[in-house]
Amino acid sequence: MGIKLKLEGVNVFFGNNRAVKDVNIDFHANMVTAIIGPSGCGKSTVLRSINRMHDMVPSARVTGKILLDQTDIYEKNADPVSIRRRIGMVFQKPNPFPAMSIYDNVIAGYKLNGRANRQESDEIVEGSLKRVALWDEVKDRLKKSAMELSGGQQQRLCIARTIAVRPEVILMDEPCSALDPIATAKIEELINELKEQYTVAIVTHNMQQAARVSDYTAFLYLGELIEFDRTGKIFTNPEKKHTEDYITGRFG
Amino acid sequence: MKQVNIRSAKNLVMTFLMFSATVAVLIPLAIIFIHIAKMGFSSISLDFFTSIPKPTGETGGGMANGIVGSGVLIAMASAIGLPIGIFGAIYLVEYGGGKLSSIIRFAADVLNGIPSIITGMVAYTLIVVPMKGFSALAGAVALALIMIPIVLRTAEEQLKMVPNSLREASLALGVPLWRTTFRVTLRSALKGVATGVLLAIARIAGETAPLLFTALGNMFWSKKLTEPIAAMPLQIFNFAISPYEDWHRLAWAGALVLVMFMFTISLATRYFSRQRN
Repeated sequence: MGIKLKLEGVNVFFGNNRAVKDVNIDFHANMVTAIIGPSGCGKSTVLRSINRMHDMVPSARVTGKILLDQTDIYEKNADPVSIRRRIGMVFQKPNPFPAMSIYDNVIAGYKLNGRANRQESDEIVEGSLKRVALWDEVKDRLKKSAMELSGGQQQRLCIARTIAVRPEVILMDEPCSALDPIATAKIEELINELKEQYTVAIVTHNMQQAARVSDYTAFLYLGELIEFDRTGKIFTNPEKKHTEDYITGRFG
Repeated sequence: MKQVNIRSAKNLVMTFLMFSATVAVLIPLAIIFIHIAKMGFSSISLDFFTSIPKPTGETGGGMANGIVGSGVLIAMASAIGLPIGIFGAIYLVEYGGGKLSSIIRFAADVLNGIPSIITGMVAYTLIVVPMKGFSALAGAVALALIMIPIVLRTAEEQLKMVPNSLREASLALGVPLWRTTFRVTLRSALKGVATGVLLAIARIAGETAPLLFTALGNMFWSKKLTEPIAAMPLQIFNFAISPYEDWHRLAWAGALVLVMFMFTISLATRYFSRQRN
């Protein structure tokens, strides 16, 4: 298994505030890497730098290298749009397009780019919804508004929408924090299946979740990477005292 | 006990005062509406909408050229003003940031506060003088100058209200920012933007001053956009200050039609803004 994505000395600044400091993380292909840490430690900020979401914030600046298949996505002539097609993202709060039907939400990545053909679309929608185990629940109401779905269904719809454009990496920013335990279990099961095909990075503040779904875990504190290792190692025998304290619930 | 009595008496007085203030707000509107309806209703006929004004001395005639002229002016002003206002708002919210934005915002607010007669003078200097003649085009430019800040500011507010999560959802799918802006952001804000557009149209439909030395007005059908053109408010003004009884009646009828037009637009705006929730 190779390394799909590599963060080398990544810093993220908001104005003069350095929110992420010299972070190095390797994301292995077809594995799930969790980023954990207390609120405000910069874990979402790290994740959002991976598909250049900070481009939208005028005061934000990213330095260091983020290598996707050995190519720096922050290189001068790198195109953020094509990078985002290769690196999809699922957000904390399910965010389906409210004006679109369930069907249109899944195909949105094609439709919004003006390249959706009818028959292909049908296949993509069915395939993607089956992949996230939502097909049986919605197949009779594909033309209904996506807002009619429950929170958990909406989040699976958002995952379907993300995999519909066939990315290579999927970033998940606390994808279960707005969901109940049953919906959470379904998403976790899904994450486990997704890694057969994709490289997954998940930010979570739920340590049990990190332990359950991930192969590798990075522990971030105050914008610094404290420890990065196999999940089993991090949760049973961490190198750093700091990691141990956090994992055992002594702070955070 | 005594204190309580004083307090409830004060409460009663203040409630009554506030109620009176509310009524006082409604009275002028009611008076205008009733008066215009009374004076104008009897003069509205099919003729009013289909024929042009008759020469003095002859009875009858209508304001067909003024109605069409107003329509033409509004359409032209919208064609100039709406793209500038909406694209400007998109720039401010989706692409802008920094010092330029606050300068543009300030400029729009100043422009909005400029008396409309001055806007007319500007259009006169910029268009009427170089082209050596009053024209529909000059009138449309003057009206567009009034529209732009209204559309810009309302569209800006509406775009700002679109949640960021929607933009991010689209961007994260690899949709370029400009497509995201038009197909997701602007679409979500469409009803609010439409409200702003309608408000701007309602505002310019009644503007008289900026047309006085731009569109000028006339009594017949205009054939070119480089010639003077009639407009409802101009015609109402000219007829109202004329010494002829027959023209006075047409002016009242024109006023009624104009007020009804505004009323319809207000209803439409309310419909749009209610739809959103």
